[in-house]
Amino acid sequence: MSENQIVINDLSKVYDNGFNALKNINLNIKKGEIFAMLGPNGAGKTTLISIICGIVKPSSGKVTVEDFDIIEDYRETRSRIGLVPQELTLEQFETVFNNVSYSRGLYGKKPDPTHIEKVLKQLSLWDKKDLILRKLSGGMKRRVLIAKALSHEPKILFLDEPTAGVDVELRQEMWNVVKSLREIGVTIILTTHYIEEAEEIADRVGVINQGEIIIVEQKKELIKKMGHKVLSVELQEEVKDIPDSLKKYNLIIGSNKMSLAYTYNLKEKQTGITNLLQDIKDSGLKLKDLKTEQSNLEKIFVTLVKENNEN
Amino acid sequence: MKINYYGFKAIYFHEMDRFRRTLGQSLLSPVISTSLYFIVFGSVIGGYVQKIDGISYGSFIVPGLLMLTLLTQSISNTSFGIFFPKFNGTIYEILAAPISAYEIVLAFVSAGATKTLIVGFVIFLTAQFFADVQVQYPLLMIFLLVLVSFTFALFGFLVGLVSKDFEQMSIIPSFVITPMVFLGGSLYSLDMLPEFWQVVTYFNPVVYLISSLRYSFYGISDFNIWISVGLMVLFLSVCVIIVSILLKKGYSIKS
Repeated sequence: MSENQIVINDLSKVYDNGFNALKNINLNIKKGEIFAMLGPNGAGKTTLISIICGIVKPSSGKVTVEDFDIIEDYRETRSRIGLVPQELTLEQFETVFNNVSYSRGLYGKKPDPTHIEKVLKQLSLWDKKDLILRKLSGGMKRRVLIAKALSHEPKILFLDEPTAGVDVELRQEMWNVVKSLREIGVTIILTTHYIEEAEEIADRVGVINQGEIIIVEQKKELIKKMGHKVLSVELQEEVKDIPDSLKKYNLIIGSNKMSLAYTYNLKEKQTGITNLLQDIKDSGLKLKDLKTEQSNLEKIFVTLVKENNEN
Repeated sequence: MKINYYGFKAIYFHEMDRFRRTLGQSLLSPVISTSLYFIVFGSVIGGYVQKIDGISYGSFIVPGLLMLTLLTQSISNTSFGIFFPKFNGTIYEILAAPISAYEIVLAFVSAGATKTLIVGFVIFLTAQFFADVQVQYPLLMIFLLVLVSFTFALFGFLVGLVSKDFEQMSIIPSFVITPMVFLGGSLYSLDMLPEFWQVVTYFNPVVYLISSLRYSFYGISDFNIWISVGLMVLFLSVCVIIVSILLKKGYSIKS
């Protein structure tokens, strides 16, 4: 097997109603990484996951998981994959333990109560093992879905919007679970609306919009490449107009008239900060403080999607 | 993994567990309603009806009522079995599992047929309290019960697969199967009908099923029992072909 655990080539999906959900997707997922797929509603994230997992049939293209074809060798590919769906879809009247054990059986694995116990404990569900699913809270049901997906010890875990509607504490716990899974070598692909989620746990980020992959990049690289920084210059005295000598810097006066904001790009060799500070000094303005702010993934994501929609 | 044995077992026992959890609805309800038929038609009205082919009316109706239960139960058990995961969304897990479509069908149908046979067995025992029930050909009876249960469980799977809502699910059992059983000689001998209606009845396939089951009980039949066995096998084949086509197309579940 190459370093790419999942290889997607020219994958397209047109639904019966004519909706073109995916357009010639090419994407590789590396073994052991956490890959976050970002995209607005209807971008094609769930369709892509559903095709790889075998729930939706592709219209064209090829997907392999550890060199096995998802159609011809579906038993091989699916047994390696665990899926946590977006919706809280669970049997209502079964107990937690039985339902998670059922999932393990479905995936062709011999019953192993010790493993089920380990998974339930890891997700803080062990004390709820005999409760029927209907009696669980939304957050607990979300954990059960994760437990079900981990019941057959998958090598790859798909999390479709795992923390949608989940409180901050549980979200943090789930991130910890994801990180611990990565430590034992499980590859994780998650879709999310929460950019901070991708920013917090992902190694690589892919942005999908209108069925097309716009960009795939290491998270840090993406932020570095696409991100702008803002230098905020606080002044000792109020400034009403930008002096002529500073107009070339496109400065913005702060709302309290006591600061100037300068936007620059880290990609450029010369950011112009030295010259700016010299010119501010020469113009007679007196500095009080300086601070810089990095634009986050959210701003990058919004910019990318906006640009893609305009094209 | 050539055959997903554990996957088959998981679905089968998952379905049987549902049966266990809802014993009141899945076992008690059909047993009570069939017992009411035994009491009203067999014991009460049956006392005023003369023997048919030397058999008391109470005994005569047992195979027909047993068949009614088998057909409605096998269809509803399996149709609900597959419709429910479709309805509540848990079907995703079955679709994403490394289990073939045929293993899925076999697991649901086997569970549906097992549940039906359990209900049928309890009704058979209950009938002993209300009528003199003898089985002349027990092996033939078991063969017919198993064949009918599996065939109609598969038909039920088909119904559950294509149904879009609960109303569509109830159409076949309520508007097709029940009238066919009642008009198929479950409560009367075909000889009792005027000649014209006898001819019409020959087009009702359920007539042959009831007649052959009655033969296994009392050794009397309006037809050669192999006609009904042949018809069952034909119907089973048609169901297998339709289910296969649907599964190939994405079984009305996969988009």
